[in-house]
Amino acid sequence: MYMFKYICKRIGLMIMTFTIIFVTCFVLIKLLPVDYSVGFGEDTAKIENMLKSRGYDKPIPEQFILYMRRIFLDGDFGIGFRMPEYRGQPVWSVFIEKLPPTILINIYSSLLAVPVGIALGIFAALKKNKWQDHLISTAVMVVISVPSFVYATLLLYIVCFKMSALPLNIASFADVIKAYPEKNLVYIPGTFNWSLYFNSKMFLSMLPAVFSMAFGSIAGYARFTRAELTEVLTSEFMLLARTKGLTKSQATVRHALRNSMVPIFPSIIGEFISVLSGSLVIENIFSIPGVGGLYLAAINAKDYDFFMMLSGFYLLVSLVASLVIDLSYGVIDPRIRMGAK
Amino acid sequence: MKAQDYQISKEKFVFHSTGENLHDKKLDTKPVSYFRDALNRFAKNKASILAAIIIGLLVLFAIFGPIISPFTVSYEDANYAYVLPRNKMFYNLGIHFWDGGQEKEVNKATFDLYKGIEQETGRTVIMTEPKLHEEEYMGKMSTLYTFRLDTYNAVGVKYELLTTEEYLALQQYQDEHNVQIIFPITEPKLRPEAEQDRANANIWYQTKLGGGRKTAIVYDKDGNFIPIYQPNDGKDMYTSKMYWEGDEKLYNYAEAKSGGRWNVRVDYREYYIYKHAIANDGITEPNFILGTNNAGKDLFTCLASGARFSFILSVVVASVNLFVGAIYGSIEGYYGGKTDIVMERIVEILSSVPFVIVITLLRYHFNVDHVVILFIAFFLTGWTGMAGRTRMQFYRFKNQEYVLVARTLGAKDSRIMFKHIFPNAIGTLITSSVLVIPGVIFSETSLSYLGIINLNTGDMTSVGTLLATGQNYLFTYPHMILFPAVFISLLMLSFNLFGNGLRDAFNPSLRGTEE
Repeated sequence: MYMFKYICKRIGLMIMTFTIIFVTCFVLIKLLPVDYSVGFGEDTAKIENMLKSRGYDKPIPEQFILYMRRIFLDGDFGIGFRMPEYRGQPVWSVFIEKLPPTILINIYSSLLAVPVGIALGIFAALKKNKWQDHLISTAVMVVISVPSFVYATLLLYIVCFKMSALPLNIASFADVIKAYPEKNLVYIPGTFNWSLYFNSKMFLSMLPAVFSMAFGSIAGYARFTRAELTEVLTSEFMLLARTKGLTKSQATVRHALRNSMVPIFPSIIGEFISVLSGSLVIENIFSIPGVGGLYLAAINAKDYDFFMMLSGFYLLVSLVASLVIDLSYGVIDPRIRMGAK
Repeated sequence: MKAQDYQISKEKFVFHSTGENLHDKKLDTKPVSYFRDALNRFAKNKASILAAIIIGLLVLFAIFGPIISPFTVSYEDANYAYVLPRNKMFYNLGIHFWDGGQEKEVNKATFDLYKGIEQETGRTVIMTEPKLHEEEYMGKMSTLYTFRLDTYNAVGVKYELLTTEEYLALQQYQDEHNVQIIFPITEPKLRPEAEQDRANANIWYQTKLGGGRKTAIVYDKDGNFIPIYQPNDGKDMYTSKMYWEGDEKLYNYAEAKSGGRWNVRVDYREYYIYKHAIANDGITEPNFILGTNNAGKDLFTCLASGARFSFILSVVVASVNLFVGAIYGSIEGYYGGKTDIVMERIVEILSSVPFVIVITLLRYHFNVDHVVILFIAFFLTGWTGMAGRTRMQFYRFKNQEYVLVARTLGAKDSRIMFKHIFPNAIGTLITSSVLVIPGVIFSETSLSYLGIINLNTGDMTSVGTLLATGQNYLFTYPHMILFPAVFISLLMLSFNLFGNGLRDAFNPSLRGTEE
């Protein structure tokens, strides 16, 4: 019951934070004059009518109510009116189309990073202060410090360009369709076709981005696991376990590992929630047609509906991830009394 | 009882032990202050010392780089764009490393172009003996030449449009310095027909239009170039004593253009030296220690200026954060209760806003320089971390006995806060302020790299902008991204090591827990 109350309180606070930021953002955006662009030879009246019918000339509070009503009743987050390729298109459907590459690359990277990172961390902790530990710790320090765009570029230059081991660019749907003529693949815009994403061509072309994304996480997990495990390994119950007659490996697996996972597990959950958001930098370097690229384009083109929706999305993902991380501590280890005085 | 009963006359007070030796043991060691102690601990950490030295060098580079360099950020010369890094020491020794050379693999036409430049200017363009090999290209066998190209001398000759005064001044300079800058002009009718080679001053020999609208060179019987210099007709106002091939004036040296201007073929290296000598801007010769970028800007100067901006930004932001965060966190932590709840909620909301959103909204609303926007954005949300840390320290110390004593003795709130509790937090705050610096530099670099903020305004640039430009030429001119990337990596690495060392030194009890 206590836990339930605490969770409700945290969720309530999160919703409050989200609402305050989102509404502030909305008001600040609506204070700006509506800007739109038209293609060569197109009619301005058409897009002006479109904006007018959506009430973009009404007072801000009224616009907010309209905006909320459209979101909750029709799932309509507005339309694009600046970027030429998305002009007049519903924001939501463009977003949905951009989501799969982002999520896939993030999931692949998490699937790689979590086990490898934890394994390295465990190895380093067991070999504490030996050369293996020093090697891993140094490598971890370097990877954590060096910005991701540096080693992503390095990977692109050495592995993809000099060695030609991996493709330079992410495969487009046209490439995939051409690569598998026997499968009779077709791409219909606005729909999601699994077989277009899950094939070796697409997978291989995603690998450079996946590796670049995973490096940082691997280093993070290795450092975290090493720190936790070394602490647990020196605690008294480990001595007790050994005294009882357990072998070193038995004691490590049954007692040390399980206890050291308490703080690590929540961050894994957090990682899998954050797969939605991805990394702006990595998407930019490997020109992945994902959400990050859309967000950057929207910011620079001043496409306000896109900006509002994507800002809200990123905000929500980061808030939910941090909330779930916080809460899962208490769920995994009941000794941690969340919010206790 | 009356108050007088407690009054003791002054005379009754006597000093206890004057002139006597105190039989207390003297301290064997010197007392060590907190900072001294921290410094000692820090000195033991070799990695941190090394990191501190590297940071020091990078700061020196940022301060003195733009001063010692003759170039400025606004300097650009498109003719010397894409030249590779050259260290004159290696170049003079003939070592093929960092000498402005580039390994090239080209076909015969391009190779002959370089050979033509070499032959006309008399300077080495092809630095190593070319290796030939056959390769199939588009179903045709063709010979490829592999050699090291001198990217500086490959610039060769350029057309320059000069006024009569400039033209005469250049001739006078030629005579004074005994150097041939003005090369004979080529016959306009015989210049290459192909669109892309029309303005190429380096083609001083006969060509014809080959297949695919490409320029093909016409050789004589012995396989030599056939010059197409315009014969002398005495109309070009050339009075200089410097003559091409001998002392007779065989050729024309300029072509009259509309507006009383002269189209002159100048040896660009010598012309560059002349140009900067008369401008007197300290540039003596084209030599770029880190090469140039696509616009012909000197990368050394740009990188040093970008670094300087990053350091200034981060130090200012860190100090402001420290100041605001410390005051805010002190008030929060000391008063607690409702004040704390409200203030903490504000911090929570502010720190939840993604930085990109803050920057973008500021950008949309204020039409000012992006530098200002960057500062405002950091001031708006940057201090929350510092406030949280100060608050934690206050919670730890505010209920200790010595605070109670101070309060009993009548100390005011502000005195207790800043005289008694705050000094306890200084160690933590200093270390976290130092760790704020790489964070700020990283955000600034990422944002300018992604193009969300544009710091590239004339006499200013940023490391992120350099990285983004270099990214576009990654496969052709990797030196453009190499140096900014090395700089930012070294900086991040040393700051992290340095910060960890500082943290261990100031809070030995925290070692390893807050990683």
